[in-house]
Amino acid sequence: MKGIHSMIASGVALMLAASAASACTISARVSIVGNEFPAIQTIGAQAKECTGAEVSTNLTKDHQTINVPGMQGNPAEYTSAIIANSSIVALMNEDVIRPLDDLIEKHGQGLKPSQLITIDGKVMAVAFMANAQHLVYRADILKKIGVEAPRTYEEMLAAAKMIRDQGIMENPIGGAYKAGWGLAQEFNNMFLGHGGRHFKAGSAHPNINTPEGIKTLEMMKSLSEYMNPDFLTHDNNETNAEFRAGNVAIMNMWGSRAETLVTADGVSQEVIDGFAIRGPMTVDGGTTPASTLWWDGWTVAKNIPDDEAEATFIALMHAIRPELMEDDGIARQAVWLIDGYKPTSASAGVIEAAEMKTIPYPMIPYMGLLHTALGNELADFLQGKESAEQALSDVEAAYRAAAKEKGFL
Amino acid sequence: MKHRSFFWFFLPTGLAMLLFIAMPIVSVIIQSLYAPHESVLITVENCGPFGCTEETTIDQEATRALEEAKPLGRFVGLDIYRDRGHLAFAELREAWQSGQGIRGVIDTLGNLPFYRAITFTLVFTFTVTPSLIVLGLLIALAVNSLHRHLKGLMIFFSLLPMIVTPLIGSLILFWMIDSRGILGTALQSIFENPDLSLKASSELTWLVLIIYGIWHSAPFAFVVFYAGLQTLPSDQLEAARIDGATRWQQVRYVVIPHLMPLVTFVALIQLMDNFRIFEPIVGFNASAHATSLSWIIFNDLAGETRQLSAAATTSVLTIIGVAILLSPVLVRTWREYRGSYR
Repeated sequence: MKGIHSMIASGVALMLAASAASACTISARVSIVGNEFPAIQTIGAQAKECTGAEVSTNLTKDHQTINVPGMQGNPAEYTSAIIANSSIVALMNEDVIRPLDDLIEKHGQGLKPSQLITIDGKVMAVAFMANAQHLVYRADILKKIGVEAPRTYEEMLAAAKMIRDQGIMENPIGGAYKAGWGLAQEFNNMFLGHGGRHFKAGSAHPNINTPEGIKTLEMMKSLSEYMNPDFLTHDNNETNAEFRAGNVAIMNMWGSRAETLVTADGVSQEVIDGFAIRGPMTVDGGTTPASTLWWDGWTVAKNIPDDEAEATFIALMHAIRPELMEDDGIARQAVWLIDGYKPTSASAGVIEAAEMKTIPYPMIPYMGLLHTALGNELADFLQGKESAEQALSDVEAAYRAAAKEKGFL
Repeated sequence: MKHRSFFWFFLPTGLAMLLFIAMPIVSVIIQSLYAPHESVLITVENCGPFGCTEETTIDQEATRALEEAKPLGRFVGLDIYRDRGHLAFAELREAWQSGQGIRGVIDTLGNLPFYRAITFTLVFTFTVTPSLIVLGLLIALAVNSLHRHLKGLMIFFSLLPMIVTPLIGSLILFWMIDSRGILGTALQSIFENPDLSLKASSELTWLVLIIYGIWHSAPFAFVVFYAGLQTLPSDQLEAARIDGATRWQQVRYVVIPHLMPLVTFVALIQLMDNFRIFEPIVGFNASAHATSLSWIIFNDLAGETRQLSAAATTSVLTIIGVAILLSPVLVRTWREYRGSYR
């Protein structure tokens, strides 16, 4: 008990010291909803340092399902939603976030122009970090079979075959192919890498039942043959667990998870020493990486009084102040877009992804519907129950039904 | 009871039913007949950390004007019921006319989300419900014949599966049947097949879900039947024993007829419950192999773009499904009631 007390006491003392160092005073309520990975936990904790009014946070994996309902009321429950380039679209579609130009002029000194997410000339969000999926691998295993880190998916397959044939690992490839969002995202990566475009130019008509789409599915199928047979039930967490357990040697994984990948309890020394990252791979002789670029940023709700909007802006500006970048622990949590950030070893994959001109995840009003349709309809193909053409035409049909209902087609 | 006193007696219940049952159903039906307005799309320049691009976005002012004029959205009648995500009439007609006959229609059905979901839902409902009734009866008979000191303890343990929250229970089992889990590894060594994975094949996933459903709901049947056994008249059993009835004959001709009304009750409740199967599909990450109507509703609402009208339509179809499923039991109860009234 005593130990806990003194821990709390020192924690409080630390917080007091921190808030004394850079004061943040607000005069109205702040309420933030967002995802739960380490970098966003830091943003939430930093915003809570502000004094003068209550700051509450709700950081959860299910943020996407609650942020729109929580901002539609007037006054809105949440004064800010932390979102990414995919999820800002839902907030834009429902018109629940406000342009930030006036607040930036008043309180936004120190923001870099590249942090401002501008839509039709109005700043709608402030980005604070970049993210991408990229290669994560076991350098020791690849050394054992005598190959370099794969730069293409074809090389990845060849390496996987060698690892299996030499009896080192049965299922050396990891993939977050769980039916639903993850599976659809892996399709998006591979599809963009093949040079595919999701929609016919300038319209909401789907454009995935194409030669690129078929090649994409065939590559995914080949990869899945080197994955744990349960791959359709594995999301990022399970795939990471397989890597930590030493069952996986090569995988495409989120940059934001690279830092914590081998820090969990019980990871063997072999895995910790062998862990290495590189930029995303290309596929089929293309030059565009088979991955997508992401930013994470914060928004301010539309349906709240001006004083709450201002307080929210001040608290979140405090949460992304450049001084934080001097803290090594925080700096390693993400590829920050904040002024003063110096790349760390954990950021190499995402930075390489940006340098390789990876395509950002499409910020289009109807992309979410296509993503959902992909997640529901591709599992049949990967189980060998139907052809690639059939799977893609199912996706297009499912998307068309949804897009018609939502008034996009 | 006088009509007047019946009215006042029933009023609070009636109001609550109106508020919590009738109104939501009406609201869901209305929602299923309307869809959001056509979006007014414009192309704008978006800029961010990765440069500027021309992108499509929704014209908020134009859309708001449409919404203010007609807040419910546009009336689409039964269009959503007919679309591919639901009853898919056009796809079925096409399959029928394609000349592959009944085979083509069955293939198409297996490919349409609604019919896939209803197939699994019905298989699940009609295997789990009878199995759990039989299992529940067996447990009740077994526990009832135990020494009284043991009964309390056994009842407690038999009820455990029902006490565990479905989502948690299915998650625990999900990890146990994983190919690296305790049950998964055990099965691999029993069948001497190191590649055996319960999660990788649709048939085995269905089997696991069905076993889970029985495991979870049998205690409910057990506790109802056990209560029924306590009211069993002992003179009837004694008479049967004097007549030389075997234990099986006692159960068949005395115990089961006595419990029959309870069997109807358990069947009614469990048909309804199993038709709404949802948590195990989420807990077992089974959506690649098995979906249900409730799962479709959840999926429509949980995407980044919520499809309220699609979810409402599936809800109405679920209500119709439950009504059809329960109609034989309800008709029977009504007849019995009429019979006893006369």
